[in-house]
Amino acid sequence: MELGQSINLASLGSQLLVGLSRAMILFIVCAGLSFVLGVLRVPNIAHGSLYMIGAFAAYSIFKLFGGSSTGFWLALILAPFVVAAVSLIAERALFCHLYQREHLMLLLFTFALMLIFGDLVKLTWGAKYYSVLPPSVLRGSISVFGSSLPRYNLFLLIIGPLVAIGLWLFTSKTKIGKISRAAAVDREMVGVIGINVSWVFAVAFVIGCYLAGLGGALVAPTVSISLGMDHDIIIEAFLIVTIGGLGNIWGALVGSLIFGLTHSFGVLLWPQFAIVFPYAAVVIVLLLCPRGLLKSVW
Amino acid sequence: MFRGIIDLKSVWLTAAIFIILLILPPILPRFYTYILALIFVTSLLAMSLNLVLGHGMLFQFHHGVFYGVGAYTAALMLTKTSLPEWIGFVAGPIMAAIVGLLIGWFCVRLTRLYFGMLQISLGSLIWAIVFRWYSFTGGDDGIHGIPMPSLLSSLNNVYYFILIVLVICLVVLYLILKSPFGSTLEAIRDNPQRCEAVGVNVRRHQLMAIVIATFFAGIAGVLFVVLEGSVFPDLLFWVLSLEVFIMCLLGGWFTFAGPVLGAAIMVGLRTFVGIFTEYWTLILGVILILLIFFLPEGVMGYFLEKFKPQVKEAAERGAN
Repeated sequence: MELGQSINLASLGSQLLVGLSRAMILFIVCAGLSFVLGVLRVPNIAHGSLYMIGAFAAYSIFKLFGGSSTGFWLALILAPFVVAAVSLIAERALFCHLYQREHLMLLLFTFALMLIFGDLVKLTWGAKYYSVLPPSVLRGSISVFGSSLPRYNLFLLIIGPLVAIGLWLFTSKTKIGKISRAAAVDREMVGVIGINVSWVFAVAFVIGCYLAGLGGALVAPTVSISLGMDHDIIIEAFLIVTIGGLGNIWGALVGSLIFGLTHSFGVLLWPQFAIVFPYAAVVIVLLLCPRGLLKSVW
Repeated sequence: MFRGIIDLKSVWLTAAIFIILLILPPILPRFYTYILALIFVTSLLAMSLNLVLGHGMLFQFHHGVFYGVGAYTAALMLTKTSLPEWIGFVAGPIMAAIVGLLIGWFCVRLTRLYFGMLQISLGSLIWAIVFRWYSFTGGDDGIHGIPMPSLLSSLNNVYYFILIVLVICLVVLYLILKSPFGSTLEAIRDNPQRCEAVGVNVRRHQLMAIVIATFFAGIAGVLFVVLEGSVFPDLLFWVLSLEVFIMCLLGGWFTFAGPVLGAAIMVGLRTFVGIFTEYWTLILGVILILLIFFLPEGVMGYFLEKFKPQVKEAAERGAN
C-alpha cells in the first residue's frame, strides 16, 4: 500500500484545511439536526434531503442571475429560506399532528418525507449533475508555506464559527431561543406556563431545516450537485450528532471536527480506505463515552 | 380451548397460504415467480430483524450488514474456492453470526439510540471495507455470475428452495420465540431493570438474540445469492437496513408475521409502482404517510385489532 508515502508539510497543511472546511459544512448541517433532535426529540431522516434541496435551490438561484457573483451571494441568502419554507409547510401540514405518537413512528414519518423529497427533487431538477461557481473573490487559492489553500475553503472556515456564534446567541440571548431550550428539557412545563409548544416546535424545526439548507447552499460550489447527496450526508450527520451528545450544538461542532479531520488525514495515510477512518473514530468515541463527548439533553 | 381455536385457525391459514404458494410457480409468469421469491428472501430478513427489534426492543439499525456478510461469504466461497457448494451455503450464515457476535458484543453495552448509532458506525466500517477492497470483494462492482449447483439452475427450483428454507426458518423462529429464551427476551424488552433484579443476565440474552437474528439474516443473504447470482456493496449500505427496519414498523413489529407483510408491501410497491412510473419512491412515501396517519399499529396490528372482537364474541357465544 502507499502507506505514509507522501506526507510532507505542504500536503499536511492543505489536507488540514480540506478537513476543517468539510467539518464546517458538516457542523452547519449537524447543528440543525441536533437542534431539532434536542427540542422535538425527533431523529429527522429527511434532514439530508433538505440539505440536498438547499444545494439544488442554490443552483437554480445562481442560474437565474446568469451565474454571476451576485447570483452566488443571493443563492447563499435565499436558498436556505426556500428550504425553511418547504420545511414549514411539511411541519404545519403533516408533522405537527404526529407529536404525540411513538418515536419510531416519527422516524417512519421522516423516512417517508425523505422518499418524497428525494423524488420531488428528481421531478424538479432531473437526474443530472449541476455545479455552482463561487464569486471571483473566492476563486483560486492563496499560497502559504508552499501549500496552496483554496480561497473558498478559507471562506468556509470563517462562516462556520460565525454560524456557531449566531446559534449560540440565538439559543442563549433571545426569548424564543430560551423557550426552545426549555422545551428541550421539559416540554410539559413549558406548556403549563402558557406557551404554545406546538409553535415552539415549528420554529425549532424550521430553524434546524434552515441550517440544513444553508449547509447545502454552502457546499454547492465544492461538489457536483446531484441526487444521492441526501444519502451521503445523513448518516454522517447522525453519527456526528451522537458522538457530540444528542441535542448539544457544541457537541455537533466537536463531532464534525473529529469526522472531517479523521477523513482528510485518512486520505493522506491510506487513500483507498480513507472512508474507514471516521467510522472507526466514531466507534472509539462511543465505546469510551457511550453518551457522547459533551452533555446530551436527552 | 380459546387459545387452541386461534392456533388451529392460524395453522390452517398458514397451511393454506403455503399450499397456494406451492402450486403457484407453474401457473405464474416467470417475472411474478421471481418477485415472489424476492419477497420471501426479504421477509426472512425482516423477520430476523424483528426478533431483536420487536421482541427484544434493540434498535438494530444496521441489520443489512449481516445480510450482506452472509451473501458475500457465500459468493466468495463459490467463486474463489473449489469447495463443494453446500459449504459456501452453510458458511454464509455462520460468518454472519460471527460478525453479529463481534458487533453485538460492543453494542449491548449501550442502550436504545446509542446502541443503534454504534451499530451503524461498526456496520459502515464493514460496508466501507467491502466497498473499497477491489482485489477481494470486487469493490463497488460487486461479484457477478456466481456459479450455482445444477439443481438450482431453473427459476422454479430456486423458488421452491427459497420457499422451503423460508418455512423452516419461520418455524424455527416461532419455536425460539415460544421457548423460555423468547419469553425472557420479551420480559427484558418490557422491563430490563426488573429482569436484571431477578437474576437474568440481560446483556447475554440480548447478545444471544443478536447472534440468532444475524444467523437468520445470513441465511437470507445466501438465499439472495441463490436468487440473483450476484452480490454488490449496496446490500450492506445503511439505506437497505433502514428499509428493512421500516418493513418491520410498517407490518407491525409486535406481531409475529407483521414483518412478512411489511416486506411484501415494500417489495410489491416498488416493483409494481416502478412499472408505471420512475417516481415510485414518491408514491411509497405518500402511502407510508397515509399508513402512519390511519393505521398507527402497523398493517398487521390493524387486522389483528379488527379481528379480535369477533373471535372474543364467538368464544363468548361458545361458552353460553
